[in-house]
Amino acid sequence: MKYFTRMKIRRVYEWSGKPRSFNRRLKTYDYDSFAISVEGLSKIIINTGQDIFIEGCDEDNPYVAKVTRLYGDENGQQMKAVVQWFIRVSELPVNKLKLLGREPHPQEIFYYECRNCDNEVNVESILRPVKVKHLDSNDPFPDSADKDTLYVKLSWDSKVFRVVNSTVVESPAEPAPASSPPSCLKPSLPMSPSCSQSAATPRGPSRRVLPTPDHAIMHKASLGEVGCSSVGTPANVEAESLHSATKLSASKCLSAKRRNATARTPGVRKRLELSSPEKSVTGEEVLSQLLNEELESKVTLTRRPPPSPAHPLRVTHSLTPLRKAHRPTGAQCGVPLKSSSVFLNKWPLSDSESPLSPAKDDSTRATQKKELETIKEPVLSVLAEVENEKSPMVTETPRSSKRKSAMLVSSRIKKQLNLLENHQDPNSSGEEEDEFVPSKNDLLSSSEEEGQDEDGPNIDDQVSAKKFRYVATGSRNSRSKQKSYSSARTQRRTPAKKISPGTPQTPRHATPSIPIRSLQTQQPANILEEARARLHVSSVPESLPCREQEFQDIYSFVESKIVDNTGGCMYISGVPGTGKTATVHEVIRCLQHAADMDEIPSFHFIEINGMKMTDPHQAYVQILQKLTGQKATPDHAAVLLEKRFSNLAPRKETIVLLVDELDLLWTRKQNVMYNLFEWPARRHARLVVLTIANTMDLPERIMINRVASRLGLTRMSFQPYSFKQLQEIIMSRLNKLKAFEEDALQLVSRKVAALSGDARRCLDICRRATEICEHSAADPSSTGLVGMSHVMEALNEMFSSAYITAIRCASTQEQLFLRAVITEFRRLGLEEATFQQVFVQHQALCRIEGLKPIGVSEGLAVCQRLGACRLLLLEPSHLGVLQRIRLNVSQDDIFYALKAD
Amino acid sequence: MLKLTCFPTFSHFAVDSHIIMSKRKARDAHLPVGECIKQVQQILRERFCERRLPDRLEGVEAQYKHLLELLRRTAIHGESNSVLIVGPRGAGKTTLLQCVLRDLQKEEKVQKNLLQVHLNGLLQTDDRIALKEITRQLHLENVVGDKVFGSFAENLAFLLEALKKGNRSSSCPVLFVLDEFDLFAHHKNQTLLYNLFDVSQSAQAPIAVVGVTCRLDVLELLEKRVKSRFSHRQIHLLSSLNFTQYLERVWTQLSLPDSFPDKKFAQEWNAGVKTLCEDKSVEEVLQRHFNSSKDFRSLHMLLMLCLSRVSVAKPTIKPADLLEASRMCFADTTANMLHGLSILELCLVIAMKHLNDVYEGEPFNLQMVHNEFKKFLHRKSNSMYNFEQPVVMKAFEHLQQLELIRPVDGSSAKVQREYQLMRLTLDHSQIMEALQKYPQCPTDIKQWAMSAFG
Repeated sequence: MKYFTRMKIRRVYEWSGKPRSFNRRLKTYDYDSFAISVEGLSKIIINTGQDIFIEGCDEDNPYVAKVTRLYGDENGQQMKAVVQWFIRVSELPVNKLKLLGREPHPQEIFYYECRNCDNEVNVESILRPVKVKHLDSNDPFPDSADKDTLYVKLSWDSKVFRVVNSTVVESPAEPAPASSPPSCLKPSLPMSPSCSQSAATPRGPSRRVLPTPDHAIMHKASLGEVGCSSVGTPANVEAESLHSATKLSASKCLSAKRRNATARTPGVRKRLELSSPEKSVTGEEVLSQLLNEELESKVTLTRRPPPSPAHPLRVTHSLTPLRKAHRPTGAQCGVPLKSSSVFLNKWPLSDSESPLSPAKDDSTRATQKKELETIKEPVLSVLAEVENEKSPMVTETPRSSKRKSAMLVSSRIKKQLNLLENHQDPNSSGEEEDEFVPSKNDLLSSSEEEGQDEDGPNIDDQVSAKKFRYVATGSRNSRSKQKSYSSARTQRRTPAKKISPGTPQTPRHATPSIPIRSLQTQQPANILEEARARLHVSSVPESLPCREQEFQDIYSFVESKIVDNTGGCMYISGVPGTGKTATVHEVIRCLQHAADMDEIPSFHFIEINGMKMTDPHQAYVQILQKLTGQKATPDHAAVLLEKRFSNLAPRKETIVLLVDELDLLWTRKQNVMYNLFEWPARRHARLVVLTIANTMDLPERIMINRVASRLGLTRMSFQPYSFKQLQEIIMSRLNKLKAFEEDALQLVSRKVAALSGDARRCLDICRRATEICEHSAADPSSTGLVGMSHVMEALNEMFSSAYITAIRCASTQEQLFLRAVITEFRRLGLEEATFQQVFVQHQALCRIEGLKPIGVSEGLAVCQRLGACRLLLLEPSHLGVLQRIRLNVSQDDIFYALKAD
Repeated sequence: MLKLTCFPTFSHFAVDSHIIMSKRKARDAHLPVGECIKQVQQILRERFCERRLPDRLEGVEAQYKHLLELLRRTAIHGESNSVLIVGPRGAGKTTLLQCVLRDLQKEEKVQKNLLQVHLNGLLQTDDRIALKEITRQLHLENVVGDKVFGSFAENLAFLLEALKKGNRSSSCPVLFVLDEFDLFAHHKNQTLLYNLFDVSQSAQAPIAVVGVTCRLDVLELLEKRVKSRFSHRQIHLLSSLNFTQYLERVWTQLSLPDSFPDKKFAQEWNAGVKTLCEDKSVEEVLQRHFNSSKDFRSLHMLLMLCLSRVSVAKPTIKPADLLEASRMCFADTTANMLHGLSILELCLVIAMKHLNDVYEGEPFNLQMVHNEFKKFLHRKSNSMYNFEQPVVMKAFEHLQQLELIRPVDGSSAKVQREYQLMRLTLDHSQIMEALQKYPQCPTDIKQWAMSAFG
């Protein structure tokens, strides 16, 4: 519905009413309200102090805010609104959610207290009003399917959640959500009586039978008879009991008795006990609450025209699907988007009047209800939700006593049973927000037996495993009562339930984790082990020596962007193992610390790695997931991100995005790279992109011009470490642990610096040297320190090529074959020969060496073995003697290896 | 006679209690020869087929210790490591790893503290399959039964997330064994290797990556960022054993263990093996094998052939068996195929040989071969081998099917079959050898083959 409206209908925004004041200096007019008209169909008036939805990157979850001020410039071109933001659960950084300490409610929002966000928005981005309710931090969330009501409990200032008091949220002006629909009805449209009546018709059901009740009478009634029936519920209860009453039959009677019996089971009794004290305590409270609401409803009632007779109204009732039925009228009355919510809120309010009216005699009502019963059924579930939202406590027993006079005995029993079932609702909703589900289930199961089988699984699907268990127990209660006539069904359903909560059938909820080890890890026992642990590349050093300059550059770059609320790109290059990623992480760690200390605004750090994704387009998915926790396909994620970074969304934190192994994100059209560098340039993006790759000239080599141009010229290259730096790195890691001889360290660092300058290699060699030292520790001459000999051995192991040893260890025929290859190469003057040619040489060499010449098959086998080790490079073996041979080692190496022995 | 030897023991069975009986049996049990042979064959076959790991590795103690220490540190200290085991085929790389793992599992501290994931480059041909296999073997939570849920991207993200969540002190170490490691390097972007090595070099769940490969140049296959993350530990298994050690090895491989039930038979068998190894001709054969290849898999093949010739009638391995087995091992398979050719086909092969001699290995076609053959016929003026062109063609095609000749690359479909260029995939020595052994080969053909001119 929303979607439709948003997509198709162009909205027109204009000020309503005269400007309240004029600011001479800024030349702005302040207004009290403005109107959004949708294609001339309707108008919504937004006042200051009202809560609104503001267009965001997510269609389904627009931003929520409260208008604090409205102003425009002289000629009315610019319409601005100053707002106070609320933040949704989905907008919170995923990692901060745990600070909440509980599961957030889907409709929970937080009062946003961050200083660094822009609170001025264009009026054009305002979608529609919304209802924001403040709840005390200990209150449970009311259950509601109403998407347009949001709840505030806490405030969020990007670091901690705080309790917020209601005066802050519900503004001094007036509780906006409650009053907004009427207020927007009145001033916007000069309504004719008929028009207003049609606007009021949706409230019809409440007034279906009654003359407008006098407040005093109502009061009396509630005091005397009704005791404490709260708003909203009675209609529901009545409908239900009526329903059961009309369907009364012998079998039902029987089942009712059985239900009575089962109602005495301990579980149910417990529930009763739970509910009874509440009943006694709350009588007074409920009453006063009731009165308040009555006052409210009276206010609305007085505005209404006198109620129309019941007959025409019943026609309106028959438009049973509530939302649909009221939609056209809703549109008429000018609240197209909010219509459903408006009426849902109104419904129970007005409903409450009917049972309260003493003027009505029960018998007529009963008959009337019989007629209405069919109409009400589908509405029931909706009603139930509203009821729960409005009234946390329901106590109906007095009701039934009142009805005694008119009702049959059997129907009374039935009603009581129904009430028993209904008692679960308030109790459960008091316990946990989720637990409305079972009660809904109960309602459904009792009111429409036919529908329950279709409904049950739906609910099952919706709720997670934990809730699910509750459903199972809850529904078991109700179902056990129906066992007599629906035993077959119960049997079918129960096994299904038993299976599903057990093993997680949906791997969607699987948590990625490695099993916990059974035994504790051993702590390093001696100096060498300690040194080895510290020298492991994975151990995070306390500081990063030798990269101070680079650190400073990156730090100031990112910091300036964060402070200025702008975006930018940086390209970092350097050969592997020069500390690029480590330095960036260090920078982020420091910045995060600074943000925690409130020195700079807080920011959000995201890291992706081109190597850790299967496809360049997965980058979008990963960014989106880390940003919002959403899962999406690459295309959809790209769209969402595009929206997020291009839309005016003022209260975002700066995002620092680290893209490691950038070259892997290359695609033919380079659209991934293009987007990554395009977004930071957007005005509202506030995105800082740090990219890392190995080659210095990557932008020139693989990027097309428009991509390279967007990357810009902020570049940094990490030089390979010099031997002094490597030495310093090892020293700082060892941290005064005396495990190495000075010379040994120098040897390692000089050797590595000469070859690659890769710190990882350096650390690995040192680790290996400690192992070698440990093995030779038995030697009495050893000092316990890692000396030159150990380091030499480690270096030899890691740097020496195995080819020479491999040739030396090869069998005689293999060695001969290699010689034959060289001889043939010399003869041909080429570096390539066929097996046949080499084989001739081989035969000759065999004779010279005094060995028996080998057959072709054997010769081929020898050749293949050399090929498998890659001493030779061979063509595919199916070519047989025709395959061509090349050497993979230099001829000198072969000579050297063969001559030595 | 066999029954007679057995009979007394059986009478003891009846009289004595079971414990005494088994002791007695252990002391001087005499099994029937058939039973003994069966046992011998079983024990030795298990050994030769590498079905059972050796109790103790020979010649690779240093490598064994290195690997054992490395994996133990991963298991006990939670230290991440990566290592490559490199050696030629049949050098015992997998055996070494298996022995290390077996001995590691015996240690109490390790037993339940090591998860293992075994991958093979020939089975997991791309990262998608490899990831599913890893997930399955680790029993992560997106595995239900034997099925792994989720797409490739999800699986990767899930696995990385799982590994990232772990830490050195609390997560169970995971051992990744990548058999045919070089094949993993051919996967797209080397994503799997990068990620495994990256995990092994960062503070995540402790893992040990053990790659097994026979390629000496395997490090050159790795991309430089993957290479940088690899610890560069390589364990080379290059056997430098000499012929006397080789002989010893043959001896130990053939001799029976002390635990063999029939002591007497075992002694006789071992004595037989000893004399076998000291035999001059046997030594010659083994020397030839040793010269050809040092790996034990080919040796096992040879010994297996000998073993299968042992029977009740001939309960020891004779030198002749070894010679015969060796002859079978070294038999030239392509030359053997020539024995089954018809005279016409043989003639064509000889004509091809002459063409090769004349044109120095240039390719030929059917017409050239047929002409050469006709020249021979003309010289002999013998109508015995006068065949029609289609018959010659058929013979030619048969040779092609046997892959004794193969078409030159690139000259396939468009050319008429008579003119398609071919090459001979036989060596001259093979042809001559085959002619010598060809049953009832006409002498004029032999002479033609040996003559220098076509």
